[in-house]
Amino acid sequence: MKKLINKVEDVVNDSLAGMGAAHANLLRVDLESQIVVRKNAPVQSKVGILSGGGSGHEPMHGGYVGIGMLDAACPGAIFTSPVPDQMLAATRAVNGQAGVLHIIKNYTGDVLNFEMAAELAELDGIKIESVVTNDDVAVQDSLYTAGRRGVGVTVLLEKIVGGLAETGAPLEQVAALARKVNSHGRSMGMALTACTVPAAGEPTFDLSEDEMEIGIGIHGEPGRRRLKLASAAQITEMLATPIIEDLELKAGEQVLAFVNGMGGTPLIELYIIYDSLNRILTGKNIKIVRNLIGNYITSLEMAGCSITLLRLDDEITRYWDAPVYTPALRWGM
Amino acid sequence: MTNQDIIRWLDRIADELRANTHYLTQLDSPIGDADHGTNMNRGFSAVHAKFPTMTAMDIATQLQTVGTTLVSTVGGASGPLYGTAFLRAGSAVASKQELTASDIVAMLEAFLGGITARGKAQVGEKTMVDALTPALHAARQELDQGASIADITAKAAAAAEEGMKATIPMLAIKGRASYLAERSIGHQDPGATSSWIMLRCLAEVCADQ
Repeated sequence: MKKLINKVEDVVNDSLAGMGAAHANLLRVDLESQIVVRKNAPVQSKVGILSGGGSGHEPMHGGYVGIGMLDAACPGAIFTSPVPDQMLAATRAVNGQAGVLHIIKNYTGDVLNFEMAAELAELDGIKIESVVTNDDVAVQDSLYTAGRRGVGVTVLLEKIVGGLAETGAPLEQVAALARKVNSHGRSMGMALTACTVPAAGEPTFDLSEDEMEIGIGIHGEPGRRRLKLASAAQITEMLATPIIEDLELKAGEQVLAFVNGMGGTPLIELYIIYDSLNRILTGKNIKIVRNLIGNYITSLEMAGCSITLLRLDDEITRYWDAPVYTPALRWGM
Repeated sequence: MTNQDIIRWLDRIADELRANTHYLTQLDSPIGDADHGTNMNRGFSAVHAKFPTMTAMDIATQLQTVGTTLVSTVGGASGPLYGTAFLRAGSAVASKQELTASDIVAMLEAFLGGITARGKAQVGEKTMVDALTPALHAARQELDQGASIADITAKAAAAAEEGMKATIPMLAIKGRASYLAERSIGHQDPGATSSWIMLRCLAEVCADQ
């Protein structure tokens, strides 16, 4: 294992310390509680927007703390859900008396820990709404799985909902928009290589030079199918087709297209995927009116990508375009 | 079983989880996210660090302290699952100074009840429940036949081991392994394995009772 680390057990803390030092104008890092909090939190009368999950997906979630997106993030150990204590500390820190929205990616650990945190916060008298993202079409949504995973849509949802919360909208409205965004988006990912969790010291699965995994999640877990490596155009087709079918996208509809890198894939390749995606959608007369291309929800140094399509309406587009100023996303101000 | 035996049990678990950190993480790599050993070791190291204040506590408070410590330190699904299990186990033996054979079975029942209440898993879904359910059945059967604590806990541990091995051919239906569908077959469940370790440690500590 070759990594730029000091000690395996200090990876998350050392990284958080660096983040706090780099972005002191936007956020503060509380190393003791293991939370990242917007600098001027709690913003009075604004719904607090909180998310969290295992580390290893940077810039998600800490990189989205700032103005117009998240008020706080709770980073767990690498690929491990944070604990209720962190979530409770973060909830208290961002409670501006308008309630707090918990954004949870659908993984058993995250859901269980957030459930316990919400129970504790409600004992404190803090109003909590929870929204679980589950946009990964690679997982069959059935009684025989833990349900679809929360992946790329989470990033888009945090931005859009953060935009609405900044206007002072009430908790119920913010939660309703969050649920709408989740229902409007679908994703699918693939890997060219596995990744190495520092504490494990070895790659989480073996993939030979001429193979790829289709339908991976973001925790270094293997996907649904292992196939021979294909061209970027073929891979884009494999990812985009199930998304388009599942969303039942029709000619004339408008979407946000999000091509995400898994951490170890250069931007030059992500644009090749975007080119293919653009051709596929144009061919179906589905219009890409917003896009996002880059490493936004990663899986350590895994090479690969995911595609997310989000069906747009006026409300979603308005809050996507709203000003945002965070370490990883900034525009409009 | 006294509060000092509980400390001995927890101490054995902490030792075994430390020794098996890599093994549990290896089991978790092909069907999970390669963190079960690290997480459980972190949790029980934190429990171990609290021993100085725990030795004077009664049994229920000891078990509840384990529960809250695991919830606060483990993360993942295992934190809330084992955390709730120990919290419920503590409530089941409230105000007992010493645990009888039937108290131990009641404790195991509450332990499993905590896991199923939180995780909603049933037998056959490739989880901790697949080790703990046969263990509880075996313990109850022994208790009904008037067996000693040593025999009850030994039979429970043996049943947990069988249950753990039975997860190998199972298709995962809960947790992260379920994303793999049929590719989860052929791998032993890491959660069932850590549950077996806990029961094996209990049997070892109770061997002379």
